[in-house]
Amino acid sequence: MPIDFTPTDEQALVVETVRQFAENEIRPRARAADEAHKPADEAIQAAHALGLVANGLPSEHGGGGERSAVLGALVAEELAWGDLATALAILSPALVAYPVADQGSSAQQKSFLPRYTRDAFVPGALALLEPGFGADAFRPRTQARREGASFVLDGRKCMVPWLAGGDTVLVSADAGGTPQLFLVPRDAQGLVATPDFYMGIQALPTVELALSGVRVPAEARLGGERGADLARLIARGRVALAALGVGVARAAFEVARDYAKEREAFGSKIAQKQAIAFLLAQMAIEIDGARLLTWEAAWQLDQGETALREATLAIDQVRRIALDVADGAVQVFGGHGYIREYLPELALRNARGFASFEALALV
Amino acid sequence: MPISFELTEAARVAREHFHRMAAEQMRPISRQYDDHEHDLPREWVDWYWQVGRKGGPLVAGPGDGMVQVCMQAEELCWGDAGLYLRTPFAGLGGSAVAATGTKEQKERFLSVFQGDGGPAWGAMAITEPSAGSDSAAIQTTATLDGEEWVLNGIKIFCTGGEGASTAPGGFVVVWATVDKSAGRGGIKAFVVPAGTPGMTLVGLEKKLGIRASDTATLRFDGCRIPKANLLGSAEVKRGQKGGDKGFKGAMATFDASRPIVAAMAVGVGRAALDCLKEELARAGVQLRYDVAPAQQSALERDLIQMEAELQAARLLTWRAAAMMNRGRPNNLEASMAKAKAGLAVTKITQKAVEWLGPRGYSKQLLVEKWMRDAKINDIYEGTQQINLLIVARRILDYSSSMLR
Repeated sequence: MPIDFTPTDEQALVVETVRQFAENEIRPRARAADEAHKPADEAIQAAHALGLVANGLPSEHGGGGERSAVLGALVAEELAWGDLATALAILSPALVAYPVADQGSSAQQKSFLPRYTRDAFVPGALALLEPGFGADAFRPRTQARREGASFVLDGRKCMVPWLAGGDTVLVSADAGGTPQLFLVPRDAQGLVATPDFYMGIQALPTVELALSGVRVPAEARLGGERGADLARLIARGRVALAALGVGVARAAFEVARDYAKEREAFGSKIAQKQAIAFLLAQMAIEIDGARLLTWEAAWQLDQGETALREATLAIDQVRRIALDVADGAVQVFGGHGYIREYLPELALRNARGFASFEALALV
Repeated sequence: MPISFELTEAARVAREHFHRMAAEQMRPISRQYDDHEHDLPREWVDWYWQVGRKGGPLVAGPGDGMVQVCMQAEELCWGDAGLYLRTPFAGLGGSAVAATGTKEQKERFLSVFQGDGGPAWGAMAITEPSAGSDSAAIQTTATLDGEEWVLNGIKIFCTGGEGASTAPGGFVVVWATVDKSAGRGGIKAFVVPAGTPGMTLVGLEKKLGIRASDTATLRFDGCRIPKANLLGSAEVKRGQKGGDKGFKGAMATFDASRPIVAAMAVGVGRAALDCLKEELARAGVQLRYDVAPAQQSALERDLIQMEAELQAARLLTWRAAAMMNRGRPNNLEASMAKAKAGLAVTKITQKAVEWLGPRGYSKQLLVEKWMRDAKINDIYEGTQQINLLIVARRILDYSSSMLR
């Protein structure tokens, strides 16, 4: 297969469907959801009916059996173009379902996957990030201590998506020197969830988790006795986040471009001035470059690679360019860019988050 | 065709082939021809002409294999961008003939590059002392006199201009106006064979980098060429829509050449980044990808950014090239690639010198040379600003009169 950057007809059809969905169902609700700090439930339910996550789950557990990181990246970009917080909510079932499908034991797959393929939307939750300076998702400080047939978890997590109706949170913890993941019931004893609030993604309910002596059976360890590879999961998270960041940037770029073609100053459209036109051109170039990096990492994942390097290059680029593009969009809007009525203000708050995010979504 | 980043077997083989060529034939003489700016790099020129060119065409025109052409350019410029530009090949002039010439013209001007004679070069002469990016402001004139065009004017910054104007078999594609009152509609491209009386090599530039490349000033003084050496039609179209295959064709040459120039840039940037990583590895410094962004060292942060920028530039380049392979218009994408690559490698090579400290600044390594070589990529074949202008017009759907 030679190098090519054109989605297949089938992929293009999915992209177009999701793009329209984002335009009609997500974007119109984004601002109100952000202001209310509440998820756009109608949009989430409607998206669930499209089967965006379930299509990627194994068919023997009720899914569509069509998992593809490239397609996942294409979909994530379109959803985030609509709204980042809503996109994260829509994709949240994958936070449990994909790691279980990728690295779970067959018993775990049988037990956990079917719930994410049914008509009712069941959100997922993944607790990787930890508060405090020096925290590093690859090296959790949360401890998992083996006690007979159980693991006992102690530690703190933050920025954990916590949509109503979820039953399971996947928690990373250090188990005797290696990072491992544990399937923990959201109502487990010793687990306390406290809502926390961020500068952006306000429409996504998130919590800080305190785990004190949370006891789970040994079978709750992802992958059972052989365990799981946290880096593999984070690589998939970085690809998903990179795609979402490209979507955020593209949305900001598009409104800035359109505004610049409308807004007049000194007798011409501001887009006709090189100071604005060049800024927009740079945005377009950076968005395309970041998207190609994202696709390359996704393609590597689909070839069965861990792709941590490629995923890291993609998210590294996106962390910068999403912020730059959103900031540029605020600048193009001038005073209006600072007003909450317009998209750039929300894009800038959301874009800043990518420096902190890790595995808030997965492909 | 799906999204795929897989190299074909042929591309992989070609890439290795050209990498070996770069490492074995170019690197050993890199410093010498940087120091001795206007010496002809005999070893490279002769070796390439007798042996190297049999490995495949260095610069192919539009058609299949543009991605491969970009890979070759990247590998050879990883070797040495100055020597690459001094390679005996049809060059940009050849691209113009391939893109806009008739079958007869292609045969007449390009067959020498497959022939058994001595080394030959092709070049393109556009820039003038008072017309750089604004190529519509060209002052060089072409006047039809019976069966001949007569050229008068001065051309500067002609890459490969020494070889192309003097070595038998080669040629310079000269942009000139047949009617100044017609603006860009009057601009045409003419093929002037090497050694044509009236074409004089005035001198060579002393440059910041790519010193092995012969950047020539050429004077045309009643220079007569056959009528049949005009590329495209002689008809002058007036008004904003002006231009025919002549000007537009010559501009279309850039859509083909910009991805190659972007690939050349990527090669130079990669050379510096590879060297930096080797030096760090020797010093026992490991680059980690499995670390939270806030926990990266400043070095890791810079290195990962350099890698990401270089790869983004490479992928934008391959995209523009792949589109060309499929016969799709790539004017926007070619300019995006060129703008990104030119700036990215300028910054990457500057950072590499910085991180290597005094050693990076010294002539013990080639990194300082690569930094000097890299900068031209943000200037020639359309400056950063010209490419941004092209991108801006495309994304805004503005004509050149709406966004000047």
